[in-house]
Amino acid sequence: MRQHGGMTEPITFDLNGAPTSAECRADRTVLEWLRGDALLRGTKEGCAEGDCGACSILMRAPDDDRYRPANSCILLMGQVEGASLMTVEGLAAMGPDGHPVQSLMAENGSSQCGFCTPGIVCALAGLGDGDTAVDEPAVHEALAGNLCRCTGYRPIVEAALATAPVKLNAASPSGGRRASVGSANSQMHHPGNFEELWAVMKTHPGSPLLAGGTDDNLSVAQAHTRHDNIISLRAIAELARIETNATHLSIGGAARWCDMLPHLEMHWPSFAAMLRRFGSVQVRSVSTMGGNLATASPIGDSAPSLIALDSALVLKSSAGERRVSVEDFYTGYRETILRENEVIAAIEIPLSKDVEFRVYKVSKRYDQDISTVCGAFSVRMDGEKIASARIAFGGMAATPVRCRSAESLLVGKPLEALNDARISDAIEADLAPMSDMRGTANYRMRVARNLPKRLALDLSGEIVEVMAL
Amino acid sequence: MNIRTDPKALKADPLAIERKVVGRSHPHDSARRHVRGEAIYIDDMPELPGTLHLAPVLSPVAKGKLKNIDTSAALDLNGVASVITAADIPGSNEAAPILANEPFLAEDEVLHVGQIVAVVAATSFELAQQAARLVVLDIEEKAPNFDLDTAFDADDFTHPTQLLASGDAASEMAKADEVISGSLTMGGQDHFYLETHIALAILGEDEDMLVWSSTQHPTEVQVHTALALGVASHRVDVQIRRMGGAFGGKESQPTIIAGLAAVMARLTGKPCSFRLRRHDDMAATGKRHGFKMDWQVGVSKTGRIAAMKVKALANSGHVADLTGPVVTRALTHFDNCYHLPATDFTGFSAKTNTVSNTAFRGFGGPQGILASEAMIDEIARHLGKDPNEVRAVNYYGPGTGEETPYGQPVDDNRITDVVDRVMENAEWTRRRIEIDEFNAKSPVLKKGLAMMPVKFGISFNLTALNQGGALVHVYMDGSVHLNHGGTEMGQGLNTKVAQVVAEVFGLPLDAISITPTTTGKVPNTSATAASAGSDLNGAAAFNAATAIRARMAKAAAEHFDCPVEDIIFEDGSVSAGGRSITFGTLAKHCWAERIGLSEAGFYKTPKIHWDGKTLKGRPFFYYTYGAAVSEVVIDTLTGENRCLRTDIVQDCGKPLNPVIDLGQIEGGFVQGMGWLTCEELWWDDKGKLRTIGPSTYKIPGSRDVPPVFNVSILDDKPNREDTVFRSKAIGEPPLMLAISVWLALRDAVSSLSGGRYAAALNAPATPEAVLIAVDAMKEKVVSKDG
Repeated sequence: MRQHGGMTEPITFDLNGAPTSAECRADRTVLEWLRGDALLRGTKEGCAEGDCGACSILMRAPDDDRYRPANSCILLMGQVEGASLMTVEGLAAMGPDGHPVQSLMAENGSSQCGFCTPGIVCALAGLGDGDTAVDEPAVHEALAGNLCRCTGYRPIVEAALATAPVKLNAASPSGGRRASVGSANSQMHHPGNFEELWAVMKTHPGSPLLAGGTDDNLSVAQAHTRHDNIISLRAIAELARIETNATHLSIGGAARWCDMLPHLEMHWPSFAAMLRRFGSVQVRSVSTMGGNLATASPIGDSAPSLIALDSALVLKSSAGERRVSVEDFYTGYRETILRENEVIAAIEIPLSKDVEFRVYKVSKRYDQDISTVCGAFSVRMDGEKIASARIAFGGMAATPVRCRSAESLLVGKPLEALNDARISDAIEADLAPMSDMRGTANYRMRVARNLPKRLALDLSGEIVEVMAL
Repeated sequence: MNIRTDPKALKADPLAIERKVVGRSHPHDSARRHVRGEAIYIDDMPELPGTLHLAPVLSPVAKGKLKNIDTSAALDLNGVASVITAADIPGSNEAAPILANEPFLAEDEVLHVGQIVAVVAATSFELAQQAARLVVLDIEEKAPNFDLDTAFDADDFTHPTQLLASGDAASEMAKADEVISGSLTMGGQDHFYLETHIALAILGEDEDMLVWSSTQHPTEVQVHTALALGVASHRVDVQIRRMGGAFGGKESQPTIIAGLAAVMARLTGKPCSFRLRRHDDMAATGKRHGFKMDWQVGVSKTGRIAAMKVKALANSGHVADLTGPVVTRALTHFDNCYHLPATDFTGFSAKTNTVSNTAFRGFGGPQGILASEAMIDEIARHLGKDPNEVRAVNYYGPGTGEETPYGQPVDDNRITDVVDRVMENAEWTRRRIEIDEFNAKSPVLKKGLAMMPVKFGISFNLTALNQGGALVHVYMDGSVHLNHGGTEMGQGLNTKVAQVVAEVFGLPLDAISITPTTTGKVPNTSATAASAGSDLNGAAAFNAATAIRARMAKAAAEHFDCPVEDIIFEDGSVSAGGRSITFGTLAKHCWAERIGLSEAGFYKTPKIHWDGKTLKGRPFFYYTYGAAVSEVVIDTLTGENRCLRTDIVQDCGKPLNPVIDLGQIEGGFVQGMGWLTCEELWWDDKGKLRTIGPSTYKIPGSRDVPPVFNVSILDDKPNREDTVFRSKAIGEPPLMLAISVWLALRDAVSSLSGGRYAAALNAPATPEAVLIAVDAMKEKVVSKDG
């Protein structure tokens, strides 16, 4: 077993192909380090909240086989231990004209003020390092985490479509993630198994557990919150595991969205489609479903779907394991039943062939926006009749809400019952939405009332979303 | 045909001349540096030893008496060099661009949440942020006002009321067949330039100060920094190579950031870098003005407008800033493309306890045109007519010289040119039928279609601002150094001006070096604004280059012993009668002959005049015209909406650089679409803006751009007026074409009544706003039709 917190080692990684060692606080953001310490100032700060993409870089995690874009403003130095990083400067050094997307963008009027451009270059180079076909939907998906205020995007999308995918040379840094890295006053610990995790949690009680950090690290980026010790969950292989058995899909608590997406796509296309919207590629490259649940944000978009799908969580501590339903996990605003010595070991989603599942996310912008209303429905049919239904909403209260009265009203009825005002009334009775910048309580309620009608149309094969046209 | 030495020949026949550099689609001069991360913005410059980083202390309350500022805890922090408040400013605490009493730092009172009260300087950016949170403000809270009508009722204005009247509106209204009235509210808009505000102040000898400022208006930064320091303007040099976006947000606002950086540099004796975090930038700096427009129109049965009356209530925010001229431009754009025989427009600058609003691409024009297009839609639905029919009967007549309400004849009318072209490109007739058929069959999703034209006046309303300057040097090797008074914010101004100079000298574009804008080279400049950057600075550079070329041509004529008229500058050479020398050889020869190879060029826009009291005159040198057709779909269950297709035809005169103009058209349109759809500023009941970052303030993403987006530039239409190479301004006008999207959303909502009733839709048309309009329309249909 490795020792954590004894000897602190510098953070080691590959940067633009060169082995690099950084002696800095583990909670320093990669963006600050790149610009301030490495003097690589091609990478820009646009928002420091992971939403504009100007700070995008490419990262190949130690356990990954490719580079993926990440927001360096909400990525901590401790998280890049053992990884390979590539910045816009590294891409420019690939040849006299750099990466092909760079020259194509330069020729095609794809930049105006140029401030978002390095991030967009990285996002598109990341797309090209993958194995998906570079078509228009793929380009939009790749750009969902990058804002450009000048061009109107058309010349960027065109350049992306004209770029032949290029595999980036991913030299593997030696050694994987070392146990404790950073500086004397700020370390990140990378336990490699549960035994090491319990030990380091005992040595540094109360230290934050970090999976992808795309929510937690906002306080570092925005308010310069400081951490003496951070415990990363990403080196524990069991937590990254994704397995399908006869009864369910089991997703490790620290498995990344990008790794689980194909599995979700296979079983619940509607769930996968929604997940593509709620987090950009940059976010999905590092963040996890376990993190989305454990931070217990009322706007966490995975919970309503998981509740509608009757999913369970495996919570694990040194004392043992317990299994709880996702529905029972939340106790209040940013509060859960998770004990201080526990982690989410796995999320288990039952596989049921006869269940129709749909999730609808309503937000001001289609991509990379927080839900105003997120409604998830699963309906099991018995011939022409509804045998059972599960309905859950997010964005409507301090916690995700299940609408049991509407569910029971539906049992034994035909699908048309979804249009019945009594279903809407039952949903309304179960919800108590708030008003905020994303919408008034009244609007949220109206949408929640209307979503069963969309479900009825959807299940009858109609096109129901404006984006499908 | 080649460019001759007579400067008149350059302009006389712009179409007949085959241009080598001007009129061609050269990429942005910095494109290669942008994509490689090599373009240097102010925050990327190497840090000087001892540099301090600044952070603002912002008011947490919307209105109150500032009783005390306790800086002790902040100063106790190791590494904090200084905290300054209003009392520390050595000169004048005055940042107002036009009026007065608009302080850099709040003095006795705070007037909005986010107002800058103090500034902290520390050895690192992070430490300055931490220290700023430790400054304790003692503020006695007072009752704030956020409501425009309340300000109006209390006569609480930041700027005098403006009146624009023509004809006898009251009597025409009384005689009209129908009088229709309504009220429209429209939200503001954050610029969301990707690079937030930043300035870097570096002390020189004695009282000298060098200020790098991300600004569209170096001269204003210079003037106010000098006043704040209590020194003469010649002590302050302001420089800017490029901004990471601006859109009007860096016209008056950089003064505050740069001025405070300079004051701190003076007081600490250290270089000072002042960069705003995104949240602070959005809380503390101005935005597009929201407006409430109460309107009344008198129309004939055919839809011909007899009289129009509008009360325009602008949300000025806590001080005037540029609200006065923004309101003027709104009033002078209510006519859009429509001849209005009688008008009665009043413009009010309502004071509210929100951040002061400022310039934003279009500068009041979009708000004026949005109101006029809403009126057209209402008139058409009221009369049961096709909105485009109502438009057509009201267009300014071609060749009639009909006057605008402010008395300028519309004598360069291209309205039907752009409208006819866009209707054809958009296949309007076929698609109108298809959309109606779709709506008849689709129970939940409904489509809408709309066309609208734009006429936009080019020139600053204030005549004095319509001047430009440039400085051109030819070096002995024939390379050219170009400097001008305009600033580069991404719009490609530097590329266009360099093209002009390259064309004059017959040189390739890369022979011209583009250098940072600086008040030390070109003085007393206007803001790069009002779409006038290339008109003013391009013409000034043209004049400078032409003057140098005339001297060089004379030397060449002596060298070749030929008439000066025979000298040709082309492809880097200078030739006459079959003999040729390189441009560089001629430059060296001129130096030896002691001929000056440097020139300061100047340009002032001709023909314009304006009476700011009566709002009459000819404020605009010319108009640009554009038209757009947009198709949308809405979800009547959720209000979600999307633009499916847009066709645009835009008049660019004879473009200096078509690809750059295309970028302005597309980018401006998408930005306008954001203003009218997904971008919503939302304040809580304490007056705190809660949309202060991209997680809460949603600008369009790549998927929001219409999947079918056909943009074309009106062919073969050189500017009737004598602009540089007969080009036209392009920065702002396309933004207003996005109003077609908003009108199409209204059309989609109206489809629920078979198009008979106008939608009760304000701006922005968020999903919530659309759903409210949908539900209201459904109720209206039930109540009216049973």
